[in-house]
Amino acid sequence: MLYREAGDFKTTYRADEQTFPIRSERWLFWTVMVLAFAVVPFFINDYWNKAVLVPFLVWALAALGLNILTGYCGQVSLGTGGFMAVGAFACYKIMTAFPDLNMFIVVVLSGFVTAGVGILFGLPSLRIKGFYLAVATLAAQFFLIWVFNKFPWFYNYSASGQITAPERTILGIAVTGPNSLPWATYLFCLAIVFVFAWVARNLTRGRIGRSWMAIRDMDIAAEIIGVSPLRAKLSAFAVSSFYIGMAGALFFSVYLGAAEVTEAFGIDKSFLALFMVIIGGLGSILGSFLGAGFLVLLPVLFKNIMVNQFGWPTDVAAHLQIMLIGGLIIFFLIVEPHGLAQLWRLTKEKLRLWPFPY
Amino acid sequence: MNVHVHPTQEFRFMRPDDGIKKGDPLLVVDDISLSFGGVKAITDISFDILKGEIRAIIGPNGAGKTSMLNVINGFYHPQKGTITFRGQKRSRMRPHEAANHGIARTFQNIALFNGMSVLDNIMTGRITLMKRNMLWQALWRGPAETEEIENREIVERIIDFLEIEYIRKTPVGRLPYGLQKRVELGRALAAEPSLLLLDEPMAGMNLEEKEDMSRYILDVNQQFGTTIALIEHDMGVVMDLSDRVVVLDYGQKIGDGTPDAVRNNQDVIDAYLGVSHD
Repeated sequence: MLYREAGDFKTTYRADEQTFPIRSERWLFWTVMVLAFAVVPFFINDYWNKAVLVPFLVWALAALGLNILTGYCGQVSLGTGGFMAVGAFACYKIMTAFPDLNMFIVVVLSGFVTAGVGILFGLPSLRIKGFYLAVATLAAQFFLIWVFNKFPWFYNYSASGQITAPERTILGIAVTGPNSLPWATYLFCLAIVFVFAWVARNLTRGRIGRSWMAIRDMDIAAEIIGVSPLRAKLSAFAVSSFYIGMAGALFFSVYLGAAEVTEAFGIDKSFLALFMVIIGGLGSILGSFLGAGFLVLLPVLFKNIMVNQFGWPTDVAAHLQIMLIGGLIIFFLIVEPHGLAQLWRLTKEKLRLWPFPY
Repeated sequence: MNVHVHPTQEFRFMRPDDGIKKGDPLLVVDDISLSFGGVKAITDISFDILKGEIRAIIGPNGAGKTSMLNVINGFYHPQKGTITFRGQKRSRMRPHEAANHGIARTFQNIALFNGMSVLDNIMTGRITLMKRNMLWQALWRGPAETEEIENREIVERIIDFLEIEYIRKTPVGRLPYGLQKRVELGRALAAEPSLLLLDEPMAGMNLEEKEDMSRYILDVNQQFGTTIALIEHDMGVVMDLSDRVVVLDYGQKIGDGTPDAVRNNQDVIDAYLGVSHD
């Protein structure tokens, strides 16, 4: 009976429109945030940082970006890997060109560069929809990777063709490079994800979010009630690419440290992000996090259980893990095609009435 | 901030009408022709809609009624003829520009946004009246939130008017057909239109739902002073609701006038009942 809304009245529209309208939900959210910001940094070690938390946060940011485009605005994109590469290379070029720049600003600027590129590749969406648009964005994926391989200017003419993140700081604390400490990189990623998840929530709850969803649900009706398809679609591409670009910048500079474009930002990354969004829940901010958690954390969990607990050989564990994840994806999509976020929503609806059926 | 709005507080649409008084022509359709390739959908049609009236457009299936509405709200572009709206001759425009000029409509087949709640659907209707840019929206606290709440107050009055308070947070996909039609009317009303186009607002409804919808249409017209153009097949409804009727058949105008005049027009009777060609 912890979760209920009896007696939880709203007397203003402002109170009615808050993100977590139910008191117990608000408490849960802020407890998790306090744990994440104030407790975890004291206990974090290199393994948890590199293998679990940072990839989760980075992919959550990428999934959030794709969810804005695909989940909220209904434009399917297979270019996520390419846009992440744009973010990574923008980040690299800015880092090397302006060594003294605060890393936070570098990441945000990389986002803006990617937003520009995203608008460009969003132009076909004004003419084509659905699968055809997916194929058009696939072209973006291959084209962008080709560009970053072809022109040595992007990787500063390094002999290996790799980009390597130099050490950069925020307030004197290193967040990139080999000397960065786990708690610093973790908090850096967490802060960015927290701020921009909040921004995403704000964008999707108001006028702009509604114009995206209107285009998604019925584009002709949307246009007739006054949504400009051009502005709605291109703004969705811009905002989505902004997020994905920041994710790419963090993926390269904080997580990988050094990257080779074909390997780090291939088509598999595009699919991974799309799967996260579909499994987590299209058109849901929470869903982006759940999807990223599902596809980033579960493999780590399975590997730990099978290798460390049961002592199975690593290769067997790796194969079993892929099979298990695949099976779980199918299981969850059959149980709830609208994703984990919808599953959570239904659970809450049931909990509200529990122990009564209706 | 006081956000309690008394339900009886006067609620009248404030869109400036450029000095057009009740009874003056609000929309004038002059000599419009529209064809798709060789198919002539509309041929040389002229009529006007006066401010404050309910104007019905009727005709057998395929007469060009919906095409006419699509021309009025900019979805189709006629090959010939002009449209004058609120005293200004209109150039070729996109539907969302027509919406900005104060033309709202509902659809023959319900065209609600199924993934959104009733409240969000109606709020979307106010999209042309909300102006805060993306930066304010991203911050939310401050101007964007104030604007949202101001608009929410107006939307709540529409919800109150249409008596759909109890479903305001329900996703529209879960609602029965009659309620969906009502929500769609709410979404169109939310734009505070000077001209409201209703494409078969009562299609597929039972008698009780039709009576409710007729009441809402009359109330919109009388309380808000909104000019309404409606397409409807139920002749009883058309004759009772409308001030004037225009009759189309095979893309041509065959009658125009008060319900009584149209009812006794031989061409109209022939079009509906058929006539022997010998």
